[in-house]
Amino acid sequence: MSDFIGDWHMLLVLLIAGVLPNEVWRMLGLWLGGGVDEGSELLVWVRAVATAILAGVIAQILVSPPGALASVPDWLRYGAVAAGFAAFMVTRRSIFAGVVCGELLMLAGKWWLG
Amino acid sequence: MPLPPLDSPRWQTSARAFAWGVRSVASTVLTLVLFATYLGIGALAHDTHFSLGWVLASTALVWAGPAQIILISTLGSGATVVQAAIAVTVSAIRLFPMVVSVLPMMRMPHTKRRHLVLATHFIAITLWVECFRLLPQVPRERRIAFTHGLGIGLCSVCLVATALGYGLAANLPQLFGAAILLLTPLAFLLSTARNCRQLADILALVLGLALFPLASQLHTGVDILISGVSAGTIAYGVHWWRERE
Repeated sequence: MSDFIGDWHMLLVLLIAGVLPNEVWRMLGLWLGGGVDEGSELLVWVRAVATAILAGVIAQILVSPPGALASVPDWLRYGAVAAGFAAFMVTRRSIFAGVVCGELLMLAGKWWLG
Repeated sequence: MPLPPLDSPRWQTSARAFAWGVRSVASTVLTLVLFATYLGIGALAHDTHFSLGWVLASTALVWAGPAQIILISTLGSGATVVQAAIAVTVSAIRLFPMVVSVLPMMRMPHTKRRHLVLATHFIAITLWVECFRLLPQVPRERRIAFTHGLGIGLCSVCLVATALGYGLAANLPQLFGAAILLLTPLAFLLSTARNCRQLADILALVLGLALFPLASQLHTGVDILISGVSAGTIAYGVHWWRERE
């Protein structure tokens, strides 16, 4: 059992640096957003900001890729995402088709580069 | 497999709504994306010498892929707990507007905040996207139970994937790591694009992608927040201006 958990001190680290930083934002949303009406204009703005922050997360992964993705050249990363988006549009918004197409292009590009 | 119509007796009890939530896990391709992402997180945790119990606890309790990747890689590279906590806190800001925008869909006039705590915990990109897609097909009084089922179902899939990735880590080729890391931006982009309901959403997505590279030149540490709030506000401004016409 001690192997499974490892160092108990690490669970405290998980709580402080992992669980709390996420849960704080969720519970703040629950607390402050509790009274917002479903059809209100405020929600249109909040949803636009949520979407734009998410777009920022996407752009960040593509512009400064983490770990093994950094071994894929810039043009291939952008090309794969563009191809995925094109496939998504022509298949009447199939996420599956878009993801598969983007991934295949990236793998084919890596294979072609050797 | 489609959900039953809103007036169907198959929505009669909360337990049934919960079961429909669990079953809906099989109705979305995002489940596969999550599965692969958590295989990667399990493998990453193994390679950076975290215990299996630790990474499983992080999947269940943190429940946000990008935050877990940041946490494991910053701690693994020798950063202090405080540095890791700051990096994760910044990455988690997006959860706040997600929660605020999705909870009104689940609430009834008599709903108390504590009834929404568990559903709130499950909110992350996948559940946010799927709630907008699926909740309109669920009777309002069953939406919380449905979300619990969906959240617990997705979380179970991810716990299995985490354990599997942890066990397989040594046997996974490097190209697999790159493919898994590309899944996150691809799936996030396409599921957000599918979720766009009105002009403000589309503009926010496009402007958010375009403004981030500019904001990142500022090196503030909260670049995503700056580009996100400005892109979102511009998008809302255009929406407001067109409504007024």
